[in-house]
Amino acid sequence: MFEMLLIEGLAIGACYGLFGVAVAIIYKTSDVINFAQGEMGMVATFVAYHILTVYNVPFWIAFPATMVFAILLGMAIEFCFLRPAKDPTVLGLLIITLGAEMLLMGLAGWKWGAEQKDFPFLLSVTKTHEIAPDLAINEWTIGVFTLTIIIMVSLFLFFRYSKLGIAMRATQQNVNAAKIMGIKVERVFSITWAMSSLIGAIAAMFFAARSVLDPNFMMEPFMRAFAAAVLGGLTSIPGVVIGGLIMGIIENFFGYAWPEWKPIVAFVVIILIITVRPSGLFAKHYIKKV
Amino acid sequence: MLAVKNIETWYDLIRALHGISFEIQQGAIVALLGSNGAGKTTTLKTIMRLLDDDQPEKGTIEFLGKRIDRMDTEEIVRMGISYVPEGREVFPELTVMENILMGAYTRKDRKGIQEDIDGILKQFPILDERRNQQAGHLSGGEQQMLAIGRALMSRPKLLMLDEPSLGLSPLLTKEIFTIIQKINQQGVTILLVEQNVNMALKYSHYAFLMENGRIVRADKPEILREDDDVKEFYLGIATETSIKGYKRYRRKVRFR
Repeated sequence: MFEMLLIEGLAIGACYGLFGVAVAIIYKTSDVINFAQGEMGMVATFVAYHILTVYNVPFWIAFPATMVFAILLGMAIEFCFLRPAKDPTVLGLLIITLGAEMLLMGLAGWKWGAEQKDFPFLLSVTKTHEIAPDLAINEWTIGVFTLTIIIMVSLFLFFRYSKLGIAMRATQQNVNAAKIMGIKVERVFSITWAMSSLIGAIAAMFFAARSVLDPNFMMEPFMRAFAAAVLGGLTSIPGVVIGGLIMGIIENFFGYAWPEWKPIVAFVVIILIITVRPSGLFAKHYIKKV
Repeated sequence: MLAVKNIETWYDLIRALHGISFEIQQGAIVALLGSNGAGKTTTLKTIMRLLDDDQPEKGTIEFLGKRIDRMDTEEIVRMGISYVPEGREVFPELTVMENILMGAYTRKDRKGIQEDIDGILKQFPILDERRNQQAGHLSGGEQQMLAIGRALMSRPKLLMLDEPSLGLSPLLTKEIFTIIQKINQQGVTILLVEQNVNMALKYSHYAFLMENGRIVRADKPEILREDDDVKEFYLGIATETSIKGYKRYRRKVRFR
């Protein structure tokens, strides 16, 4: 039983972590917490649902099509809502993302309705494989682990070795200096939003496969993923994933022991940790030398 | 090679540059001197187009015969102007190597980039030693060298340095200036902004003196060095305290 709970907790935690990474990527480049992240994932999932059920195409076509949509959605939101803001403050941008969130939620409600739907995901939660005696893993869990590892490794390689990745980190650290190097910072922001939206959409589809699909379904996962990201320290991508894993494990074990406490126990733990380490468990601090 | 004609730069309702004109000849070290708030940094930022999009409000800037006062910063870097900002502004959490690589962001030729990296590491051995350290952990002098090395990676024809001696010891300042001279001898034209007038006059071929957003003197350093006002206000070597110090406002050199 213990192993089952642990694996289950790690899987849902990896989902939180993945979604937290989407939030963290944008936070790192522009200090903005993207409150529309959940709804961007939700709309992308609805698009996947629409492609799957209305056009009846196989999943392996619908999935990449949704990914393309997510990328375009991220870029569009950055281009239409954030870029026109002149001399923006962080608070102003934050409110803009809140507005975008409501807009997306309204659009989804108008197009697809508020009733709950089943998301026909390729990997099912009920189909299990026995990998060891008394230890069964469902397909969904395997999918989450594989994708999380693939995304993390590619993010690591991208930020470490590619010119664009290094340029993105450079822009995070010093926008003016990045401009002087000839980096097109606006393009960097656009790519950031695209990446974040893509990762968020993947995570949202996994969430939808576990629960139901309606315009509100990302509210709670977003809050939890955000809390997990804060726990890990918003500036460190591996930290965010580890924060997500911790969150998932705590939630799952307490949920088993005291089911009625499940929704809040993780938040309590986070509050306790944040009081001791306000910047999160793995945040790196850099103090400018004069 | 760089011709600035009558530029006016505004910060909202404040006019920071009141119509500045100067020219820089190929291969020279040119110093732009003046006290705080004279508009030196603003001049460089205006050339680099780092201010608001509608600045400079008036006037033209030409580089190699082409107008650049409405170009993007990125295109200006591509054309061959490199800028080392005040306070170094390295990327603190990138390694020294990654910082240098970012300097070559606008270039595509892998082989040439590698050659230039080797050249820069040879020129600054201390950077070679610390190539995998985070730039934020370097000392001020090392960061300055990194900032200069990084700026050289775009193979600039004109290198603009904003207060390279800021916060450095006299010994390090001297070293930085020797490096600047060496870079100049390799054929890079240099525009230097300095508060350390003494040093700047020693190493430059031509100097402009700015005050309140205007250029008030332009001459060879030998001549400026002998000028009474420059001696008193910038070099601090007046023999006795004259009344000029107190009544400076009356003696302010007016716009040509």
